[in-house]
This record gives sequence, structure tokens and C-alpha cells, in this order.
Amino acid sequence: MASLIGKPVKRVEDKRFITGKGRYTDDIVLPGMVYAYIIRSPYAHARINSIDTSAATAMDGVVAVFTGKDITGITGVPTGWQVNFKNGDTMKEPPHPLIVADKVRHMGDNVAVVIATSKELARDAADMVEVDYEELDAVADAVKAVAAGAPLVHDDVPNNIAFDFELGDKAKTDEMMAKADHITTLEFTNQRIIPNAIEPRCAIGDYNSATDRYTLYTTSQNPHLTRLLMCAFVLGIPEHKVRVVSPDVGGGFGSKIFHYTEEALMIWISQRIGRPVKWNSDRSEAFMTDAHGRDHITKAELGLDSEGNFLALRINTHANLGAYLSTFAPCVPTYLHATLLQGLYTTPAIYIDLTAAFTHTTPVDALRGAGRPEATFLLERIIENAAREIGMDPTELRRKNLIPPFDGVNEPGYQTQVALQYDSGNYEAVLDKALDMFDYKGFRERQKAAKAEGKLLGVGFSTYIEACGIAPSAVVGALGARAGLYESAQVRVQPTGKVSVYTGSHSHGQGHETTFAQIVADKFGINLEDVEVVHGDSEAVAFGMGTYGSRSLAVGGSAIMKSIDKVIQKGAKIAAHKLEANEDDLEFANGAWTVKGTDKSIGFGDIALTAYVPHDYPAGVEPGMDFASFYDPTNFTYPFGAHIAEVEVDKDTGKVKIVRYVAVDDVGNVINPMIVDGQLHGGIAHGIGQALLEGAIYDDDGQLINGSFMDYTMPRADDLPSFEVDRTVTPCPHNPLGVKGAGEAGTIASTPAIVNAVLDALSDYGIKDIKMPLTPERVWRAMQNGK
Amino acid sequence: MIPSSFAYHKPSTVDEAIQMLQDAGEDAKLLAGGHSLIPAMKLRMNSPSALIDLRGISGLRYIRQEGNAIAIGAASTHHDIIDSNLVQSHLAMMVQAGSQIGDIQVRNMGTIGGSIAHADPAADWPACLIAADASIEMKGPNGTRTVAAEDFFLGLYYTALEEGEIITEVKIPIPAPGTKSSYVKFHQPASRFAIVGCAVMMKSSGGTCQSIRVGFTGVSDMAFRDTDLEDAIRGKELSAANVEAASQVAAAGKDILGDHFASTDYRLHLARVFAARAIHAAS
Amino acid sequence: MGISIEVNVNGEKRHSEVDARLLLVHYLRDTLGLTGTHVGCDTSNCGACTVLVDGKAVKSCTMLAVQANGAEVKTIEGMAENGELHPLQSSFKEAHGLQCGFCTPGMIMTAANLLERNSNPSEEEIRHALEGNFCRCTGYHNIVKAIQLAAQQLT
Ligand SMILES: Cc1cc2nc3c(=O)[nH]c(=O)nc-3n(C[C@H](O)[C@H](O)[C@H](O)COP(=O)(O)OP(=O)(O)OC[C@H]3O[C@@H](n4cnc5c(N)ncnc54)[C@H](O)[C@@H]3O)c2cc1C
Ligand code: FES
Ligand code: FES
Repeated sequence: MASLIGKPVKRVEDKRFITGKGRYTDDIVLPGMVYAYIIRSPYAHARINSIDTSAATAMDGVVAVFTGKDITGITGVPTGWQVNFKNGDTMKEPPHPLIVADKVRHMGDNVAVVIATSKELARDAADMVEVDYEELDAVADAVKAVAAGAPLVHDDVPNNIAFDFELGDKAKTDEMMAKADHITTLEFTNQRIIPNAIEPRCAIGDYNSATDRYTLYTTSQNPHLTRLLMCAFVLGIPEHKVRVVSPDVGGGFGSKIFHYTEEALMIWISQRIGRPVKWNSDRSEAFMTDAHGRDHITKAELGLDSEGNFLALRINTHANLGAYLSTFAPCVPTYLHATLLQGLYTTPAIYIDLTAAFTHTTPVDALRGAGRPEATFLLERIIENAAREIGMDPTELRRKNLIPPFDGVNEPGYQTQVALQYDSGNYEAVLDKALDMFDYKGFRERQKAAKAEGKLLGVGFSTYIEACGIAPSAVVGALGARAGLYESAQVRVQPTGKVSVYTGSHSHGQGHETTFAQIVADKFGINLEDVEVVHGDSEAVAFGMGTYGSRSLAVGGSAIMKSIDKVIQKGAKIAAHKLEANEDDLEFANGAWTVKGTDKSIGFGDIALTAYVPHDYPAGVEPGMDFASFYDPTNFTYPFGAHIAEVEVDKDTGKVKIVRYVAVDDVGNVINPMIVDGQLHGGIAHGIGQALLEGAIYDDDGQLINGSFMDYTMPRADDLPSFEVDRTVTPCPHNPLGVKGAGEAGTIASTPAIVNAVLDALSDYGIKDIKMPLTPERVWRAMQNGK
Repeated sequence: MIPSSFAYHKPSTVDEAIQMLQDAGEDAKLLAGGHSLIPAMKLRMNSPSALIDLRGISGLRYIRQEGNAIAIGAASTHHDIIDSNLVQSHLAMMVQAGSQIGDIQVRNMGTIGGSIAHADPAADWPACLIAADASIEMKGPNGTRTVAAEDFFLGLYYTALEEGEIITEVKIPIPAPGTKSSYVKFHQPASRFAIVGCAVMMKSSGGTCQSIRVGFTGVSDMAFRDTDLEDAIRGKELSAANVEAASQVAAAGKDILGDHFASTDYRLHLARVFAARAIHAAS
Repeated sequence: MGISIEVNVNGEKRHSEVDARLLLVHYLRDTLGLTGTHVGCDTSNCGACTVLVDGKAVKSCTMLAVQANGAEVKTIEGMAENGELHPLQSSFKEAHGLQCGFCTPGMIMTAANLLERNSNPSEEEIRHALEGNFCRCTGYHNIVKAIQLAAQQLT
């Protein structure tokens, strides 16, 4: 049987989606189900003086109306990480109530919830609820929030500072910076992005008083984690009585990691009213309540010697966390951002000082890339500017400072200045390959010719490295994670030789049902159709940490590998008995155990049957063939790559058109190249969205002024080109599959590549930076203000 | 997103619709393609007490030649218009504009009558109708009347349409031989409505502009005819320099809109750029 | 309340009493249980709700069920015929034109309308035709490829 690994196998999950048989949370209707409509704050900051629910409660079909006052004894939803102050003081973690009782702290904060027998009635009744607000001053910007006299988001959090943080060697960095022949500085905002998975969030709470069991159906990337947080930290209900199901989920991108208030609220309400209750987010609500991403304000300095060698990188960042701490909020700007500031470069001294602030805005959480895009943007933008300032070709400056190749097996991993040890890499190879594909030399000729015709062509580069395969539990535990970050898997060989795989990862587009099945079918030498991958149901899957941080294959896949090995080992015992051979003389290949050097063999199916019908069976071996495993990685994995964008800028309007996009990524071994390419395409588009189109706009009162698709620009098909993607393969040395992860790579790399390309196109104008998104007006204005 | 409740009526003639509109009271509204009204109702920015659905009136959806004009029934969809041979052979700008309205789905449902009645300041048809010297026919309890497109748009979402009236037809003179038209648009990137839309109907001979009408949308709180611009180029040779110079008066004296996509001075700049582009495209 | 409508949905005549304010998408999803048509926004932009009404792509979130009275509606559930996938369905799988699948039904319905009008669209024409359909997963790259593939198969 031909190997399935590395083949562009068509996805097994597709059939249900292309025929309309996908089953998303909002598709679920339970008997007796009622509907929730959440009344949300129109203000960023206001005191709730009173809420009059009497008219709504009196309406026909209205089951109940709850306000914050009804919810007692529940603090709210927690964060998953604790990052303490530099001086050791405990991180500020103000409560995030399911419904606020006193004050609203961001537009969209939960104020009351109306439950009715139909969604129409719930919506109508919501209009009858009268809330008396007293509007208060608000602050939406992280730097302004920590300034003296800023309005406080939480009365007991002075200066709105959740924590501060530093990483790297400050003294060494200052010393090296002082020696620099040239210092490039850059101040910028990595703007806030609204995730906008196309499926809005949805949650159904279903409490059964007869069995005292709870079921939550939810659009989550990590159902088990949601269950754990909800049971242990929010509602205090017994975990073994709680089932959390995340059926098909229409995209997550990080925004469906957070254990949201609505999830716990639906369970709480269902228990109160004794009926299942569904809440389905409108897009307008999604804009205000799905956790946002990014939002850093940064000052960066890069010191270089006269040859262009990087000497020091010094950074000051204000990270906006929003009004409350989301699940990953403390981790993203610190351990997923500060630790990546080495990039692919040998910079010998790095120091970052970071302040994490509360503001009157929607909470921020992981968003595709989570911290790593911010780090990469910073590095690749400042390097681009440095190259221009010292008059060196941007590819040469990068190449000069790249970390030399190392495989992580014969050569040790690369120890960075910012706490990580890279696993394996050949960084120059991706750059070379990308330059080759792009024909960089040819481009510079074309650029000149275009210029002669009055056209502005530009090229932009970006290299990146990310820490994926999140993450070794002991390491993250030491860093403040409140959970381990291993993954679980169960491989159950059925008596007929068919295989069910239960994974704690969750697929919401990534194609686990195919990739994981490829691995299992390949290893067992059976047909792909004979493997079924089950995920997203805490009742079916023992445990799981879910899918984010490009961890599913590296961690979840490795857990499956452990169970596969256990099956093969047990199978060998049974086979040895059946073949009357010594276990050590057997080898397993192509779906059969064979006595080495003979044609005596027994197939996978026979062994499976024997395991369940153990009439003729080895002594001391348990019947059955069902293995659970937990895999805790020993390190992060470190995918890397080089991306090149070519753009044309319309001189008259400032509009940017992407002419070409070339990406060379190294995600380690590839199980399904079709799926990996697809992940890259989507990631690249997401990053281009940030560079050119997207960005939340809050006014000074904390009003989100572009909270709809009419005002917030989503990347559309005609905003994008086709992408040219290719790869190199440097296997990860520390996981059994040699894989690194591919879900976020594109997003991390593409944003700076595009911005750099625009600046290259405008190189004659002497422009140092343009604020993202690079809207036509901003680009045009930069040209006007340039020379 | 759920609209408030309303009563629903489906007349089969215009007269019936006029009657229903009168009977249903002040908060009743006509429903054509629904592609402005229904989104507003879902967000409860608009909560009519009754809808009178015009799609049952077969006599409102046609595109035909009447004498020296093209008559377009008010309930013709955007797609009907861009798909019409008659329109394609005489009114390039209508095809260019129509195919940039919204998307396939919007064009399949939205109607020209609904678009001009709604009078969104960033809608595409109004600029074309002004440039094409179209007239708009309305019928109400007091009979039928016709208003020139350039006099029809009176302000933000505000037109010459009076209470109880229904737009029945848009009539566009067939341009004289030697006349060319064009519509160019700078999209608001999220909604894809116009930040600037410029429609030009121009007769030129030997590279000189003989006559011209220019309509703008998106620039100000209503679509308008730009006679200053027309005057600046009429009679001139259509050289790049002349067009560039003339376009500098585009939208002069208008109250220019500004928002986070385009501030007033950028929008004014775009009006000039797109004026020149539209004139060149119609040359 | 209670307007009687008759809609031919995927070849089957359905009679229902509906509220005037019931949107076509809710009629399909909630009344008829055809949950393949999705809702992704409230401003008529995303196209996840696209169905064919009398052969034309329409955003079913921006149409009232009563407006569909007497019409023929086709949803993703009605695309396969006699157990055979429509070429657009098979090509979306073949070209990996979907990831989470949420936008997919709407994409396919819009593409069906495009190919009906233009059997051999260029990449640019395909991208333009998808203006009213958002996808957050694929970057559209493989959606374009899938539609090209279906166009080849249909001619
Ligand atoms: C996603 C999206 C994108 C869009 N993009 C664009 C765009 O780029 N450019 C653009 O120009 N438009 C755009 N539109 C608007 C679209 O063209 C609408 O279809 C149009 O503005 C309204 O036409 P309608 O037939 O849908 O009217 P309806 O929504 O049914 O009605 C609109 C208003 O007109 C009134 N009305 C309707 N018909 C008549 C009549 N015959 N007589 C008197 N009053 C009447 C109604 O009572 C209502 O007040 C977009 C819409 C959407 C949803
Ligand atoms: S749900 Fe209909 S367009 Fe988004
Ligand atoms: S496949 Fe997920 S939105 Fe398109």
C-alpha cells in the first residue's frame, strides 16, 4: 500500500459541507428550547442606575429576564494565564461578570438577557427593557489609559495597569546600543483586528433536572478547556456532570478560544428555567464581543554596526488588553510576543519593556498568530527601515544577520536572547528559494522600467519564525499558565479492524479528520476510509486542550502517534502468539506483522478480531485494542519562512494593488500538502487584511465606530491575488512526526511584507512609515507629505 | 436580526398600490427589491407598520425603447438593466455603473426605482441618471408627474418624491450619435458603495468636447450635476492637460462628505481624479 | 400574522403559514430545517445565506419569505441530483475550496449563478463575482480554482 503521508489527499470532511449537511451549533434545535437575546451596553463606560424589566417580563412568550443583580455568588469568567508584575506583585485580575450589575466597561458589555419562546419574541421584548445609564468618561488607547488621571476601567486597578513585564538583558542591550554606529527607530501601532470568523458565536445551554446533567453546545476551539474553566472557576458545577460539545465550527482564528460569558450564562439560565436555551450572536454583537486581536503601541530601536550587523534591539510596548482579561490575554503580548523578538537573526542583545493596560474596549485575545505577528511586524519593519537608512539592500541586510543552519540533532538548538531555544532551522534556504521564485533581480529591472512610465512598483520582504506546538506544560506552568498544554488521543481499533480516533484537538477548518486519518491509516497500513476521527465532544473524547497556536498536528498528532505505537506493540504480542514466533522477530509493515525473513505473517484485521475474541490468546495480555495517550511536548516547534510581496501603488489615489505574492515556508514535515497550502493561503489573506484593509476604530468615547461589515473592511476575493507558495522541509527533531505547524504562518509573515512593499514603491518620497491599515487615503497623504 | 412586525400587502397594479399606500397609513412603506429597506428593518433603524410589495406588479418591470428614449420600469433590477441589449448599445455608463452596484446577489434583487427613491448619497444610479438627463415618472393619488433627474435629488435620503407617490419609470434619452458615456467609481472598501462616482455623457468631435453632462455621487450629501466642470471642458480640446485643468473645478462649492475612509479634502481630490478619468473614458 | 405561502424548494412544493417579517433564510433554516444555508452577518454583506431564487443568486437574509411566495428556491441541499454531486460541489472538494465550510454553500450558489451567465469566466471575473461572499479561511485562492475547475467540467 502506498504511503498516505505527504499526499494531497482530498478531505473526508468536505462531503457534509458541500451538501449542506454540516452541523454547526446554530443548526441544533432541542425540544422545548427557548431563545436568549442579550441587551448590550451602547456605551463604553457607564454606571447602570436602574433597569426596568417589567414591561418585557409581562409580554406573552417571555420566559424570564435576568440582570446582573440576579446572578449572585458567581465572580465571572477567568483568564487562563497569570503574568505577575516585574516586581513580583500579583497580576490584576478584576472580575468579568456574566452580566454586569454596576458598571459597563466596554461597548457590548452584557447588561441583561431576555428569554422567550421564539427569537422574534426575545428580540421584541428586549426593546421593552429600559436601562438608565449614567455615561462616564472612557479611554480606549493603551498609552492614554496608563497616563495619570485617565478614567479607570476597574476602580481597584490603579493606572489601569494589569501587569508590566520585561524580557532580555537590559544592561547588555543598553551597552550594545551605545556602541551602535547607527540606530534605527520606529514608533508604530499594530492595530486592533476584529476576528470575524464567518460563523458567529452560538451557545446552547441544556440542563436536565432529572439527571442533574448539563450540556453546553458551543462554537469553541477547545470544548474541554471551556468545560474545565466553566466548572472549576465560574459556575462551580461538577465536571463529570457536564458535557461540552463543539460540533462543526465555522472558523475560529483564536476568537473561539476564550471561555465566554455567554457560554456559562446559557448553562446558568437553563438550570434556572429548566429548559434548553440558545443564544446566537448577531454580527453586530460579534463585532463588540468576540475577543479582538493585536493592539500594541510600540517604540523600537535597532542598533547596527558600520557593517550592518545587528547589535541591539530595544523595545517599549503598551499592549491593550481591553476591559477584561480573556483566556490568553496575559500570555499573548508576553510569552507569544516578547519571546519571538529574536526572529531569524543573531541580534546579541534584546530587551523589551511592556505594559499591559485595561481600556474601555472589547477584550483582546489570541488572534491568528497571537503575539507572533506583532513581533514579526516589529522586526521586519524596523529592518526594512534600517536597510533604507544605511543604504543596504534589504535582502542583504537580512541575510547578513541570519542565524546559520542547525538541525537540532547533531547541532544543538539555537538559544535566543529571549528565553527560547529554536528546534531546527535553515533560514537562508527559505530566503534564497523565495528570492529565486520571485526573480528579485528581474524585479528591480521591471521596477525601474515602470518608474520611467510613472508607475510605482514596490517589493517587500519578511522573514519570520513562530513558536508553535504549544506547549511544554512545565515550561508554560512556570510562565503562569493555569493549565497544561499537552494533548490527548485515543486510538480504538474496533473488532473488525476499523479504527476510531478520538482527539482532544478541535477542527474548525483545519482538516483534522483527513490529516489525522492519513497518519493512522498510513501507520496501520489500512484504508483511509477505515479510520474515523472524532473530536469536539467531551463525552466522546477523554480530554483535550483544543486547537490554537498551530498545535494540533505537532501536539495532538503526536499523542495519536503514541497510541498508534501502543497498538502496534500490543498487536505484536498477539501476532507473536498466533504465529508462534518471538515478538522480537516480528516487524510491522503494510498492515501486517511478519516474521522477519519469512512469509509468515498476520494482518491488522485478524489481530484486531483476535483482541476482541481472545479464544487463542497470549497469556497475561488484556483483551481489546484501545489506547489512550497524552503527549506533552518537550519544546515548542518553530516554523519559519520568507515571504515576498509585489505591489503597485496608484499615484493618483494611493490605492495599493497586490501584483504578486510569493511565500516559502518551512513547517517541518508535511502530512497533507494540499491542506498546508490552504492554511497558508488563508493566513496570508488574513495578514494582508491587517496591512491594507482592517482595523477597529474606537473614538475617544470608546465607541467602536466601524462595527459592521459596511464599515469594517474584510478582505474579499478581488482584493487579493493568487498566491505562489512553496516550501522547504526541516523536520522538527523533537516530535514523532517531525512537524511544526502551519495554521498561523501566513498571517505572521504577510503583514510586514505588504507594508514594506508599499514603502519600497514609495521609496522616492522619503516616507518612514504609514499607519496600518494602509488605506488609499493614508498612502496618498503620505505621498503628499513626502518629498 | 429580526425586523419588527408589519402588515404585508401585495398589489398587482400601480393604482392598487397607491390605494394601499393611502389606506395603510403614515408608517407604511413600499417594498421593491428590499435591499435598502430590509437591512434597515433588520437593524430596526426602520420599522414600517406595513409593506406594500411592488414585485407583484408585472407592469413595472420592463426596459424598452419609446420613441427616442429608453424607458425603464421602476421595478427593473440592476441586473435587468446591465443585461439589457438596449442599454448596452446606448448607455455604456449604465452598464459600467450597474455592474459595480453591490454584488451579484444585490443586483439580482435591487431595483432602480428603489435605489433612486432611497437616495443614498453614495448610490451609483443617481449620478448616471443626472448625466444622462433622465426623467423620473411618479404616480400618486393626484396623478402622474415627471421630474428631471437633476431636480429629483434634494438631500440626504431626500427626493422630490411626495407622500403617497410611487416611482413608475425612468426615461433616458437615447444619446445622439457621436456621444459616449462612462461611469467610474472609487469604492468605499467595506460597503463597496461609492466614495466617488462620476458619470459623464459627452459628445466630442475631432478630439474636442462639444457637449457634456457630468453627474457625481458619493461626494456630497446627494448626487448632483456639476455644471462648473461641464463649462470648464466644453469646447476644449480633450488633451490630458486640458482635462486635468478642467477637473480641478470638480465639485467646487459643494459640501464635501468626510468619514474614516475619505476625509473631505481627500474626497475632493478623488472627485477631481475621477472626473478626469470619466472624461477620458468618454472621449 | 399567518400569511399563506407556497414555495417550491429544491423541487418540492412547500405550503406554510408565515409571519410577514420572517426572513427567507429563517424560513429555510427554522421552518423547513434546511440548515445548509447559513447566516454570517446582519448587513447583507457576507453572502453565507445565498440561495437561488428562480435561478438567481439571492441573499436569503435580505428577502422576506413572503416575497418568495410562488418562487422556486434552490439551496445547497438541492444541488446534487440523483445522488450525484453538482460539478461545483465536487470541484470545491477537489480543489480544497473550503476549510470550515461555513461560507461554502453561499459560495457555491453564487458561483452557480456566475457560471450560468458566463460559462468560461476569467480569474478576474470570478473574483469580481465573489464580491458578495466572504471567506475568512481560504484566502479565496482555492475557491477561485474550484470555480475554474467546475467551469471546465460544465462545458
Ligand atoms: C450589500 C449591499 C451593497 C450595496 N451596494 C450598493 C452600491 O454599491 N451602489 C448602490 O447604488 N447601491 C448599493 N446597494 C443598494 C441597492 O442598490 C438597493 O437595492 C437599492 O438602493 C434599493 O433598491 P431596492 O429595490 O432594493 O429598494 P427597497 O429596499 O425595496 O426600497 C428602498 C426605498 O425606496 C422605496 N421605494 C422602493 N421602490 C419605490 C418606488 N417604485 N417608488 C417609490 N419608492 C420606492 C422604499 O419604500 C424604500 O424606502 C447595496 C445594497 C446592499 C444590501
Ligand atoms: S447572512 Fe446574508 S449576507 Fe450575511
Ligand atoms: S471556509 Fe471557512 S469561511 Fe470560507
